[in-house]
Order: sequence, then C-alpha cells, then structure tokens
Amino acid sequence: MTSELTRRDFLSALGGGVVVLCVVEAADAQESGRRARGGDARPQEISAWLHIGEDGMVAVYTGKAEMGQNIRTSLSQAVAEELHAPVASIRMIMADTDLVPYDMGTFGSRTTPTMAPQLRKAAAAAREALVELATSKWGVDRAAVQVADGRIIAAGRSAGLGELTGGQQLVHKIGADVTLTPAIEWKIAGHSVPKVDGRDMVTGRHRFASDVKRAGLLHGKVLRPVAFGAKLVNLDDAAAKQIPGVIVLREGEFAAVAAPDAATAERALSALKAEWKTEEGQPSDSQLFAYLKAHAEAGEDRQARGSIDQGLADADHKLSQTYTVAYIAHTPLEPRAAVAEWTGDKLTVWTGTQRPFGVREELAGAFGIPQERVRVIVPDTGSGYGGKHSGEAAIEAARLAKASGKPVKLVWTRQEEFTWGYVRPAGVIEITSGVKNDGRLTAWDFHNYNSGSSGAQITYDIPHHRILFHPSKSPLRQGSYRGLAATANHFARESHMDEIAQALHMDPLEFRLKNLKDERQRAVLLAAAEKFGWGKQKPEAGHGFGLAIGFEKGSYLAAGAEVAVEGGRPKIVRVVESFECGAVVNPDHLRNQVEGSVIMAIGGALFEQIRFENGRIVNPKLSQYRVPRFSDVPVIETVLVDRKDLAPIGAGETPIVGLAPAVANAIFQATGKRPRSLPMVV
Amino acid sequence: MPRVIELNVNGAARRVNASSERSLLSVLRDDLDLTGAKYGCGEGQCGACTVLLDGEAVRSCITPVSRAAGKRVTTIEGLEQDGRLHPLQEAFLETGAMQCGYCTPGMIMSGVSLLAKGANPNDAEIVHGMQGNICRCGTYPRIVAAVRMAGLHMKTQRRAS
Ligand code: FES
Ligand code: FES
Repeated sequence: MTSELTRRDFLSALGGGVVVLCVVEAADAQESGRRARGGDARPQEISAWLHIGEDGMVAVYTGKAEMGQNIRTSLSQAVAEELHAPVASIRMIMADTDLVPYDMGTFGSRTTPTMAPQLRKAAAAAREALVELATSKWGVDRAAVQVADGRIIAAGRSAGLGELTGGQQLVHKIGADVTLTPAIEWKIAGHSVPKVDGRDMVTGRHRFASDVKRAGLLHGKVLRPVAFGAKLVNLDDAAAKQIPGVIVLREGEFAAVAAPDAATAERALSALKAEWKTEEGQPSDSQLFAYLKAHAEAGEDRQARGSIDQGLADADHKLSQTYTVAYIAHTPLEPRAAVAEWTGDKLTVWTGTQRPFGVREELAGAFGIPQERVRVIVPDTGSGYGGKHSGEAAIEAARLAKASGKPVKLVWTRQEEFTWGYVRPAGVIEITSGVKNDGRLTAWDFHNYNSGSSGAQITYDIPHHRILFHPSKSPLRQGSYRGLAATANHFARESHMDEIAQALHMDPLEFRLKNLKDERQRAVLLAAAEKFGWGKQKPEAGHGFGLAIGFEKGSYLAAGAEVAVEGGRPKIVRVVESFECGAVVNPDHLRNQVEGSVIMAIGGALFEQIRFENGRIVNPKLSQYRVPRFSDVPVIETVLVDRKDLAPIGAGETPIVGLAPAVANAIFQATGKRPRSLPMVV
Repeated sequence: MPRVIELNVNGAARRVNASSERSLLSVLRDDLDLTGAKYGCGEGQCGACTVLLDGEAVRSCITPVSRAAGKRVTTIEGLEQDGRLHPLQEAFLETGAMQCGYCTPGMIMSGVSLLAKGANPNDAEIVHGMQGNICRCGTYPRIVAAVRMAGLHMKTQRRAS
C-alpha cells in the first residue's frame, strides 16, 4: 500500500473528511518496524494514517496487531488525547494488509515508542487542521477556537469533528515537526481506560482467527512426520479417499486432508497410511548443553572495555560459574490457526500472527503470486509472546483451499503447536568475574552459547568487561520469545552477582549499589528494595529472600522475591517488581503487563522445559508440560516508576526478566543450594 | 452410528445432526456457530472450552456430544440476559481481568459454576475451584478479584430480594 497508485485508490475509498498521513523517513521507518528499501535515497514512506469521517468517527489505520498487549486501547488513547475526542469515537483498523500501510511486525516492544508517537502526531495535526478550518469558515480568531470532547468550539458556535469539511477530502501529511502534549498534561493517555473491546471478550462475541467462519468451509488436517527430518517414502490414501466429502492433498513431503467437519477430517487423517524414513542419531535433551558448546562459533563484543586479564589481575577474588537454560515453548492458549479462501486468483487468509506483512510475503512466495494478490487479516489474537511470527498454518490452509476450491480452516492441535512451532532458544552461559575485597567489581567475562545476546549488557560499572554471544547449532527449531535471551542472561548475571556477594559476605543490595552508577537503574532497585522491606526482617525458617535488577529494550526493573521451599519444592510467596519505562501511558494496563510477565516467568523459572529425544518432542501435551496455574501465583506488588520527562517505552516483554534470578537467589538463601539451571532444580 | 439430533442450548432447542462420539466443543463451534467456547488443548487441561451442563462446568473438548443430549447446555453466549451481563462478566470488565481474552469465556463459565455452588467464595476457594483453567497471559490475580467481586455482588443482591 505504499505506492502512489494504491494510496490514491485508498484515499478515494475513504470519502470526505480529514485525512492525515504519517510520513516517516525510510531510515526511521526501519526503526518503526518497516521495510528497509535497499539503495533508495531516504524515501518518505507512510507508516499509518488517520481519517476523520463526516460522521465524526475517527478511523486509525496501522499494521500493528493486538495480541493481548492492549495496544488497541493504548493507541486509541494516544489518538484521543491529541485529538481532544472521546476514546469511543476512535476505531482502530489494525493488521489487515489490504487496508493498512506496511509494517514489519508487532514485536520487540516497538509499538509504544514508535507507532504511538506517530499516531499522536497525526491526531495533533488533524486537530490543528480542524481549528484552521473553523477559523476560516467561521471568520473567527484562531486563538478563539478550541477542540474539546470531540467538538470544535468558538464564539458560541460549535461543530462535530466531521462537520466542517462539507464533503471534501482534506489530505495532510505530517512529518517530525508536530508538537505533542507533554505527558504531564495528559488527560486520556496516562490514565486507566478500560479495554475498548472488553465487552466482546466477556460475551464470547470476539472472533479470533480460529473462530472465523466462511460459507462452504472445510476443515483441514496435516499429516505430520513421525520425527524431525523424517521423509515421506510412501503414502496410501485409498481408505481416506473413500470417506465421503474428504479431499486428500499430496505435494512432495506435504500431505493433508480436508473435510466438511473436523471430526471427519481427523478420521481421514488417521486413515492415511504413511511410511517414513527417519533420521537416526539426532541429539536429545540430555546432551543438549554439551552439543551447544561443541557447535559454538566465536563471538565478538564491540562494546568491550579494558582487558579481562588486567581486571582479573586486579581482583582479590575470582569466580567462574556456568548456568544453563532449557528450551521452552510459548504455548499461546490459541494455537496457530488460519482460514484461507481463494477468490479467483486472489488469496485471503485470516490468521493470528505478529507479522501480517511477513506472512503475506510467505504466502506470495509459496504460491508464486505477487503480494498484491494476497490479503492477510489478523483478528485480535489469542496471544503470541513472540511465538507467532511465521505463517505455517496460513500456508497449509491456503494449499488445502487451493486444492479443494473451498475455504479451509486449519487449527493446529496443542500437540502440533508443541512439536512444529518454534521454541525459545536453550543456552549455556559462562561467567568469570573478579572483585576487590571492598566489593568493587574489576572484571566481567560473559559468554552466552546459543540463546542470544539480548539483555546481556550490564548497567554495572565494571572497568574491564567483555560480553560475547556465540551462535550455535540448535537441535530444535528456535525463534523469538517474549524477552528472548534476556531472561537467560539476567538469570545468569544476577545469580552470579549474588554468588560474588555471598563470597564477600556482603549484602546483595549493598553489593549491587556499590557497582551501580546508572541513576535509573539505582532508582528502580531502591524502589523495589523499599517496597520489599529489604534488610528490615529475616525470612522465616524454610523461606528465603532474593533480589535482581534488569535492563532491556530501554526499560529498567528490579525484583524482590520471597520463596518457601518445602520438601524440595519451591513455592514463590511474594514478588515485588519495580518497573520504569519512561512516561506511563496506561497505568492499569501496564500493571497488567507486569503481573502477566511475572506469572509467565514463573513457568520458565520453575517448571517449563521442552524435552526431546530421537527427533521427537517427549512432552507435547499440557498434561506433560506444566505452565503456571492459579495456585502458583504469589502476591505480586508492582511499583511503577513513572518518568513523565521521558518518552514512553514498550513494556510487553522486559518485565519478564527479573523473576527467575530473584527466585534463584531466594532459593539459595532458603536452602544453601544454588540453582544454576532453568527450570530450577532444588 | 448413533446420532444426536437435538440439543438444548442457552434455553432454546437447537437442531443438530452429529454422530454421538463427536466432542460437544466441535458441535457447538462448528455446527451451531457458538464460537465462544475455545479449543486450547483438547485434553481437558486448560478449561478454554468450558461450558455448563445443567449448571455444572464441563470440559466440552472431552465431552462427547451424546452426554449433553437432554441436558441444559449453557455457553458464554447465553449468559447475557436482555442486554444485561452476568455479574461475573461485569466484574471481569471492572477488574480488567483479561489480556488477549482467549481464556476469558472458559474462565467466566468456570467462575459462574463456582459461584452458583458456594455463593461467596474466598480466595483459597476460588483458586481451588479455578485451578483447571489456564490463562497464559497470567491475569490470574485479576480473575480471582473478579470472581470475589461477583460473589459479593450476588450475595448483596440475594439479600436485597
Ligand atoms: S480445550 Fe478443553 S480443556 Fe483445553
Ligand atoms: S487473557 Fe490471554 S490467555 Fe488469558
């Protein structure tokens, strides 16, 4: 939708009213999650647009997708704030590739820092355009015109936002030069506005991708290999084809069925007789960490400082430790699902994904058709946590739809989701550190094998440090995850910090403060410690207290945990988490994100682990893969450090990183045993 | 194969024609287009598919449709009466007890059945009663608060009437 032609088509379809196009330089566009155009001389591209209709309804078009992180509401708030209009008059049109401008995807906590300011500027520009219009139409002084609660008011006259354009379409482009309302003056943004589509959620009316229905819909099922790398040698589909209404599709390694209802499709699937050639000698989880180290590449640290040798020579104490992190699965409650429909040579797919345009590209590639002939629509999705970047289910459904000439729905089973989705990378982390007797760190040598570099950078002030990420060969298909490697890196770093503090007989809070100059990091640590009551009391028998700090994607946090260990089982009793992500946009929803992250983190800290052997996932069921439940939830106290002087930063991910190390440190205090693996074994 | 011809869903007789071993979940979703109940695991572990049979919460993904024949089936779509939400639906909105909302219908149905049993449950009873429902987004504390709030509300209403 970025070409002039489609833009013009689109604008004419919008009809009268005010249109504001958000224009960003391509360099920024990349930052805001948009396609980089190789070689172009910084072309201007459109990242979003806003249309005020003559009925006063405001439609906002963005490629971002809602998956529970609440951006449908927070972006509405941002627009309402600058437009001086009620949230109820704003309609977000999101993640439909035929209707919205290109967007790289919804991940990396980029929506709040990049998309929200663009929309706020568009709204501010629209408001200014309306003020100008009122000034000339009514012949009044510009200063006399005000916009409040969705109306334009001046000298005893008033009009709705859409009433002044008189059937014309006024198009404005905005760049970087619009001024915005400072956070301190926010009336709508910065407040706890209820979820805009909450009522649809509690009545079951909201349609997720797996709920989409089309006339003549068939249900699809894919024949999955018996193990990773298995080759389909022979397929006998005679019995399946006998079942009335069943279509069998075989294209190379891909075999699938479709039928008028899901039960028949399942019956047809089990009637397929397949012969597989399996690949022997695949690594299993018991050899995982040795395997990752054996296949590791050398890393590089461009931000290294000083010399590790020197730092260790300066130290009074040295410590080397290894930490490990298992593979875990996102387990979104809504598995991958898609409904695909071909109309002539145009393909439409409804699917839950964080990257609608990425999936459009995948689909176009899979069928050898131009992207303009593919439309991807993302209904607000049953969560992703980084697990829904790719379009597997979309392609499978589209293949079946093409073969059958009918729309096809394909919903992955939980078992497929566990087996054929991708996982959060496992990793091995080795740290060697040096410290003076007085607690000042002198050296920090950090190596992450396979799991990634995010969140490995330190906010501690250490004269000699080196932080290396060594990519490796992963036995399982791995990918993005909420916070990605930051959880692993925080677990290792903050556990190690406590190990040093213990060696020095220093209080963990005092030890951290001694090595911290970063003011924002100190502020969240002190806020959490105070709320937790750190140092005020001793834990009761069998309980322990632990602390950790964190910094990732521009936001800061600190966590305090109290853990009880009974019969070798840790139970998290209380968690205090302080979080700072610049100016707070919606405090209640931010709290919800922090609480949700803390709870999700409990799974990876204490129970979750994908086990595999011989190219098979050993525990691909919810009865075998334990995720946090009601009884696992501790008392959670969230301290939001609201920095109205700083730009808002996304918060869907970073709050997840502090829990595991705080819990590990508390377990150590309770038991004297140091957990060095995730999930933790006590 | 025996077939189920009719179901009583949300107070109305609905014609279906489903082989009796099919899951109640698939008949509700695919045949009756009542998509409020969700598939989350198909193994009775997550509660996303929860509906009521004669007021009792069941996991419709592992309930053969034959078991629902002759019983009152209530789904999330049937809770709202004359445009008025059930107190627990109101409480979910009030406490913001959802993120992606995929677990929400199942949570509400489990909560409704819990509230019908012990009018005003305390937190421990709520946790115990809701343990079979998973919220992957981790909104548990708010869901507990919502059930507690609805319980209180229903108690005062009963007193008033
Ligand atoms: S789908 Fe029925 S319990 Fe999970
Ligand atoms: S709100 Fe997403 S699973 Fe509960």
